[in-house]
Amino acid sequence: MHKDNQPLIFEITKEGRVGYNLPELDVPAVDLSTLLPEGMQRAEEAELPEVSELDIMRHYTALSNRNHGVDTGFYPLGSCTMKYNPKINESVARFPGFANIHPLQDESSVQGAMELMYDLQEHLIEITGMDEVTLQPAAGAHGEWTALMMIRAFHEANGDTQRTKVIVPDSAHGTNPASATVAGFETITVKSNEEGLVDLEDLRRVVGPDTAALMLTNPNTLGLFEETILELAEIIHGVGGKLYYDGANLNAVMSKARPGDMGFDCVHLNLHKTFTGPHGGGGPGSGPVGVKADLIPFLPSPVLVKEEDKYTFDYNRPQTIGRVKPFYGNFGINVRAYTYIRSMGPDGLKAVTEYAVLNANYMMRRLEEHFDLPYNRHCKHEFVLSGRRQKKLGVRTLDMAKRLLDFGYHPPTIYFPLNVEEGMMIEPTETESKETLDAFCDAMIQIAKEVEENPEIVQDAPHTTVINRLDETKAARKPVLRYTKA
Amino acid sequence: MKHRYLPMTEQDQKEMLDVIGISTIDELFADIPEKVRFKGEYNIKPAKAESALLKELSQLAAKNADSKQYASFLGAGVYDHFKPIIVDHVISRSEFYTAYTPYQPEISQGELQAIFEFQTMICELTGMDLANSSMYDGGTALAEAGNLAAGHTRRKKLIVSEAVHPEYIDVVKVYAQGQNIEVVTVPMKDGVTDLVKLEGLVDEDTAAVMVQYPNFFGQIEDLAAVEQLTHAQNALFVVSANPLALGVLTPPGKFGADITVGDAQVFGISEAFGGPHCGFFAVNSKLMRKVPGRLVGETTDEEGRRGYVLTLQAREQHIRRDKATSNICSNQALNALAASVAMTALGKKGVKEMATQNIVKTHYAKQSFEKAGFEVVYQGAHFNEIVVKVNGSVADANKGLLEKGIIGGFDLGRVNADLKNHVLIAVTEQRTKEEIDALVQEMGALYA
Repeated sequence: MHKDNQPLIFEITKEGRVGYNLPELDVPAVDLSTLLPEGMQRAEEAELPEVSELDIMRHYTALSNRNHGVDTGFYPLGSCTMKYNPKINESVARFPGFANIHPLQDESSVQGAMELMYDLQEHLIEITGMDEVTLQPAAGAHGEWTALMMIRAFHEANGDTQRTKVIVPDSAHGTNPASATVAGFETITVKSNEEGLVDLEDLRRVVGPDTAALMLTNPNTLGLFEETILELAEIIHGVGGKLYYDGANLNAVMSKARPGDMGFDCVHLNLHKTFTGPHGGGGPGSGPVGVKADLIPFLPSPVLVKEEDKYTFDYNRPQTIGRVKPFYGNFGINVRAYTYIRSMGPDGLKAVTEYAVLNANYMMRRLEEHFDLPYNRHCKHEFVLSGRRQKKLGVRTLDMAKRLLDFGYHPPTIYFPLNVEEGMMIEPTETESKETLDAFCDAMIQIAKEVEENPEIVQDAPHTTVINRLDETKAARKPVLRYTKA
Repeated sequence: MKHRYLPMTEQDQKEMLDVIGISTIDELFADIPEKVRFKGEYNIKPAKAESALLKELSQLAAKNADSKQYASFLGAGVYDHFKPIIVDHVISRSEFYTAYTPYQPEISQGELQAIFEFQTMICELTGMDLANSSMYDGGTALAEAGNLAAGHTRRKKLIVSEAVHPEYIDVVKVYAQGQNIEVVTVPMKDGVTDLVKLEGLVDEDTAAVMVQYPNFFGQIEDLAAVEQLTHAQNALFVVSANPLALGVLTPPGKFGADITVGDAQVFGISEAFGGPHCGFFAVNSKLMRKVPGRLVGETTDEEGRRGYVLTLQAREQHIRRDKATSNICSNQALNALAASVAMTALGKKGVKEMATQNIVKTHYAKQSFEKAGFEVVYQGAHFNEIVVKVNGSVADANKGLLEKGIIGGFDLGRVNADLKNHVLIAVTEQRTKEEIDALVQEMGALYA
């Protein structure tokens, strides 16, 4: 079966081939050894590929054919908002005036870029109901940590150095507790109640004078709106803590509820989710942070401001937490998000949320007979099924996910959130048609039937992919993390 | 609302509401308390159709001076380099850019293999044992290296050379503050890290010593000497390296670096006003299980076929939560792909040729400046940047250069009071002899 291996680029290399042509050197040539002292010049060449341009295109085209994206097919990966990535975004981000400008140019020569950033901030301020937004964080987790550092600075500025604890629900994204740790906080977990919402009693039990913040995703990772949000805010604010909004699920509430109106003090957004920056195979993202007035002094420096008709970066921020990233954030992703928002407009963004939520509820109702639905109420943009019924028949959620591959789908997020046994978190997004949702539901229902009638076909899945299930234990036990010439 | 991204028809909507058993979409939002419900629509700009929006945004872009129109001598961590045309063709294949993290390896072998190849190329250039799948950028990669070093050594002091990019140092400080780690900067002498001062600062509380290679001023640090001073106190040796320069420079791995980080923007990634770029993170094998971010490893399927998976995930936030080695989740995968394509296109010969051109052209610029009567302040070995002393405001002169179609160098007075009236000039392989000559001539006129 070895012949089926897709060769690595290093395995098709041949000495003497090139994939580039640089202009001839037009200044006098100098022997490098006269410019670099002994020992500084590399003795052995880096073993990079030697291939022609067609070799490269064929190689990467072959790799792309072994990859599933939103443009390939349905991708209902919960919590990731795998919506269509508009092509206009890609064109705009590649305009030379956006792609080929340097972050340290004189401000007078980049006013167009700064205007776009400023207007994006203004749009995000309105969308989130916050007072100010920074575009500096590179991704969602980076935004979480940035906001937590600001909360820490806020408490310290008030002399509240005893606020060392950040509370997260048991259903929270893994980045929440991880970001809290990196920001120097201890994480306290608050339980969910039987309705899948934050347990108010448990929250009252864990808060105190040591509470720095509560991090909340609303709707939460079960796709359920925390309807006691005002009580939650009151409890946290009552003990002097800050309320943090994880914006991963903003697609569920645009034009329906704004974090700023719900009592949140700060928010991070995932522009690569809600606002169609492409996911890129894992990034780059963009994670702007919005804050209420009392956190503004602590924003990362510099802050983009408008002075009459001129945009400028304000570095004079005495209480800033400092800089969380070189330069001004993932500008190229911000350009895409801005293009998207301008393509949709206010009525468009409202429709986005309404259709995303309608799609999710429709799928949930089509599937509820066939799988366990632990929390039976209207969901928002996503819902979580449990595979515990199928597990009793010897088929795990992982098996069903792998079986979905045979139908040409990317499976849902599985085994998350942690408070659902054999969970399957399904997020259709608004850009999928009813036909697609129906076809996916039909596949899920067929798989549920297979579990009862012919479980092996599910347990042995996938059957149609370029490769079968891979040995992850072997990968971790004796890690091979790079190619080495045989 | 009819929009080209939204396929919902009235008929669809009606059928779906029926299945749900409700009559309006509003009912799905009834659980949002009345008091916080947003009424109406956002007060934002109205939707614009494709052609009109393209026109508006291209006009906005045209307000900026870009390095396609201007000859740029601005570097300082971000460079105008040759970008092979095929880079954009590969990363525009939407199987790559519309995918997410390869959690399902059976349908993500393309992305996984591309990352595995990226990891290998970074190892080759840096001389390190292993590399991760990317970080946000060089600055945050360096900051994460500091946190890793402090955790690994259980020490609470980082020593950072002042010849490291000042914005990188700023980021290191903020990350360190989160972990209550002290950051001490060591001054430079003659454009490189002052080794005597460094020796005095490194002690048994030092978690890591961090230098940049080539450093912020384009000078090439004596890594062998720094390594000795660092390891003498059992601190970790961290190098922030320009991977293009490593096409000709002895790699940090050869000098015993424990961690090598940097930014692969130099390989096929647009300047893009500072991001997204592509951080990398490479370590020696001792630190394998402490690396932040994603790692791709090789394995086999049930039939013995070779394949790739995300591995050693017990380090990561989605498994370890508050005990993770880092909070990083999204990385810069698509830019890592872009860098891989550029490194592949340039290949073994091209990376070396391009790096050599940078040094030789910078050398030519240095001689030209000196001939024109300017002082080039640091005389050590350089890569593609030099520091030129001038007798007036760099900001003003740069405005004058813009009028001549030139983006001038970085005003060092912005980050270091001692370097007022000093400009950091970057000369990449993109700059022609005519452009270099024009720069020297125009600067001669502007500072006359």
